[in-house]
Amino acid sequence: MSTETRARSAEDPNNPKSTGRSPKSNKALKEVGEDRRAATQGRWATILIAPAIIILGIVIVYPVINAIIMSFQADAGLDPETGLFTEGGFAGFSNYTGWLLQQCGGPNGTTVACSPGTLGAQFWEAFGTTFYFTIVTVALETVIGFWMALIMSRAFRGRSLLRASVLVPWAIPTAVTAKLWFFIFAFQGVINAVFNTDVLWTGSEGPARWAIIIADVWKTTPFMALLILAGLQIIPGDVYEAAKMDGASTWQRFRHITLPLVRPALMVAILFRVLDALRMYDLPQIMTGGANGTTTLSILVVEQIRQGFNAAAALSTITFLIIFIVAFIFVRFLGANAVDAATTSTRAG
Amino acid sequence: MTTTTSPAPAPGTDLHAVTAAARAKGRNRERWASARTYISAVVIIVWCLLPAYWMVVTAFREVAFTYDPTPWFTHVSLENFETAFSTERGNRFGQALLNSFIISSVTTVIALLIGVFAAYALARLNFRGKFLILGVVLGASMFPGVALVTPLFQLFTNLSWIGTYQALIIPNISFVLPLTIYTLTSFFREMPWELEEAARIDGCTQGQAFRKVIMPLAAPAVFTTAILAFISAWNEFLIASQLSNSATQTVTVAIASFAGSQPQEEPYTAVMAAGTIVVVPLVILVLIFQRKIVAGLTAGAVK
Repeated sequence: MSTETRARSAEDPNNPKSTGRSPKSNKALKEVGEDRRAATQGRWATILIAPAIIILGIVIVYPVINAIIMSFQADAGLDPETGLFTEGGFAGFSNYTGWLLQQCGGPNGTTVACSPGTLGAQFWEAFGTTFYFTIVTVALETVIGFWMALIMSRAFRGRSLLRASVLVPWAIPTAVTAKLWFFIFAFQGVINAVFNTDVLWTGSEGPARWAIIIADVWKTTPFMALLILAGLQIIPGDVYEAAKMDGASTWQRFRHITLPLVRPALMVAILFRVLDALRMYDLPQIMTGGANGTTTLSILVVEQIRQGFNAAAALSTITFLIIFIVAFIFVRFLGANAVDAATTSTRAG
Repeated sequence: MTTTTSPAPAPGTDLHAVTAAARAKGRNRERWASARTYISAVVIIVWCLLPAYWMVVTAFREVAFTYDPTPWFTHVSLENFETAFSTERGNRFGQALLNSFIISSVTTVIALLIGVFAAYALARLNFRGKFLILGVVLGASMFPGVALVTPLFQLFTNLSWIGTYQALIIPNISFVLPLTIYTLTSFFREMPWELEEAARIDGCTQGQAFRKVIMPLAAPAVFTTAILAFISAWNEFLIASQLSNSATQTVTVAIASFAGSQPQEEPYTAVMAAGTIVVVPLVILVLIFQRKIVAGLTAGAVK
């Protein structure tokens, strides 16, 4: 890389080549060198990053565009009135309005309100369920995760044991977690045995949701705690010492030092978890199959795939947009800046 | 941001004036605080380990005692592990283990091969559009898998790819590759790259500097990222459940749909045995590389 070497020698004040020049021309040379260096780096960056971007384009962008195109096509099927097979064809926004207004295809191309129990009648319910799960699980995980992180950040003997055990739920696949908690919450299972109750945990509304929430909190709180812990560890200890000297109480130290300083890390952790919770599928699918008010948007999409690709494509696009909007709100208004966090180094200089 | 500065001691404050009683009170408070820390730590450890422990206990229990709530190993038997691997009821757990292993390994290798270069560029080079690319990578890692399932299901059906490994590897790359790039970028950012320069000054060629200085430094970062990538591919369920058939089923799908002797009967003990087989190697791996994995998990997200 000859350009780079030249750029470097121009920058180096001890380089014999650059001695004897006036400071002005030296500075100009340096600028030229930096420009060239930037250009070289830009070329290299393009070469190095291109494969990743191309692959992401193939595995994400292409399917998504495909889905959007599909979502504007009507599903072929039988006309409920005449019993005749109808071709698909361009459908405009009817797949979208079908979900949002919960309308199904009626006789002769008309639309009627979906009858209860069909997938079309479940959109807003699934929407509500998804947000219910998201808000409850993330709130619990934030509070419990913060508490765990505070404990883990303290110096005491056995701290490494604590940190190791926290990783166990994280390492267990969600599908296994779901089966494990399904067994724990079984009618004859250990929860009912220990607490001497006869709750149909996964078989009745209310308890089914809570069984899923508890399983989710168990599985993902450690991740939250580790992210918050990493945020806590970059707070310098002398800040606390100083506040202590000034007579700040434990609560005041938490409220006015810990919370504001850990906020960026906390917001990123919450953002990650919210986006993850909004696409929740494994736990409800395996524990209840979506019964008893636990059908999330993801479950609804997967069930719809078997009944019609195009309507499913519209629903998956809606789901994607909902997640995108939530992410946008977080980054824009709540200051969860994950990109910034990723690009700022802890190393000085 | 709140900054706290310590002002000069108030006039009249004398350290010697602190009474012995106050000192004793402070010691008591410290003791109480440390006791509270220990109690909390025990609560967290029990909460995290108990369900996993229950899985292992059940895995080793005779089927007849499935619902026995005895908290320690009783009626120990290995029959559940036999049942887990038995193909009599149409379960193909052994095959699923192999499938998961192949799919996760190939995904990890591909993601690392592509990700290492991208991460190097993002961490080391200055160029325009860097933030945009990082944003795209992050956005991709949070992309809902369900938005891919529908178009891919149709696409792979048309290509007759349902039941092939590539039908599962390609969608896995969509979330493993962003994770790989993101984690490696933050690792590479922390590396002492000056050493490369130093080696060159000491007379190494560029190739030698890379082989003898950079590779040993980067190896742990790449290895940790590989573990994280492998685990996330291994844990995938949604896409695998839709785009696989009985021949390419992954372990997560196999466990979720494990069939018992009767359709209505859940073979809990066998499922727990299968779960134990899947989880124990993972947990051992994670515990061995605990520090590195925590660093990798939180890399970038916070720093």
